[in-house]
Amino acid sequence: MTAPHGTTEDLVTTGDLAPALAREEAGDPFVLGGATFTSRLLLGTGGVPSLEALEASVRASGTQLVTVALRRVEASATGSMMEVLDRCGVRLLPNTAGCRTAREAVLTARLAREAFGTDWVKLEVIGDEHTLLPDAVELLDAAEQLVAEGFTVLAYTTDDPVLGRRLADAGCAAVMPLGSPIGSGLGIRNPHNIALLREAVHVPVVLDAGIGTASDAAQAMELGCDAVLLASAVTRARDPERMALAMRQAVEGGRLAKLAGRIPRRWHAEASTSFTGLPEL
Amino acid sequence: MQVTVNGVPAELPDDSTVADLVARRAGGHDRVAVARNGDVVPHSSWARTTLAAGDAVEVLAPTAGG
Repeated sequence: MTAPHGTTEDLVTTGDLAPALAREEAGDPFVLGGATFTSRLLLGTGGVPSLEALEASVRASGTQLVTVALRRVEASATGSMMEVLDRCGVRLLPNTAGCRTAREAVLTARLAREAFGTDWVKLEVIGDEHTLLPDAVELLDAAEQLVAEGFTVLAYTTDDPVLGRRLADAGCAAVMPLGSPIGSGLGIRNPHNIALLREAVHVPVVLDAGIGTASDAAQAMELGCDAVLLASAVTRARDPERMALAMRQAVEGGRLAKLAGRIPRRWHAEASTSFTGLPEL
Repeated sequence: MQVTVNGVPAELPDDSTVADLVARRAGGHDRVAVARNGDVVPHSSWARTTLAAGDAVEVLAPTAGG
């Protein structure tokens, strides 16, 4: 029986999108540090307003890799953030946030390995308190030391393609250029550099820092980034859970668009409807 | 004896171990890391690492972070 236009057939077509997406994910795994992920969105927990918002955001984002930090223990604190993350079944990525020297970062990574039982580390070495921009010299030094100690190093870096190549050559598992300063929400200030960096290295490139909204995440993927890491854009959004879902879809959409191949930009219009057979009216 | 724990002077019984300090300061956490005078003290050696007067100890636990 033929369904009336606009009802059953449309629903069937819509329902077919899910298997298509599943097919795309299955055929497009994200391999990082020897592990395989289906999600290309890494979520930071910094700035999260509540444990409820954290759990809702993690689940809505579909992320499989979540950053955490180490700080001086507080008597009143409990381990409940870790309980939430354990319950969500995500892999943990400790960071070295706040470190200013290679020495501090290496020690923090070693402490994180003890605490979290992982040799994965998001390496951050900050050189300026106002911009939180990476200190390139200390960063490369720390990366070399940590790689030598067997760490899987994901290096938070500037968008400099030459530094990115040095970090990749040092053995980093991923190079993670900023789009703009941490927490600024300014998006990707130099898309050209991000694309050049993607060309310059053979390891995954993860756009890290500066994402403000979903279009920024999609742009990162369209530029060729392998994944996106963001925290504030979700945790400080008015509705973190909804923004987490938006970011998930943006990353998926941007990745699909990159794989699909965008059309060239043109100065003038090119008709999409043929002029052949145009009636003279 | 007097030691420094997380930047603050603290009085501990003589012969306290790292394990004793962690139990006292971080009982609610199951993922803790300890540095003593700038070096990591592995979990496996907490119980046999005795603190000395003047030690600077950092007791760290997970927190949110980007």
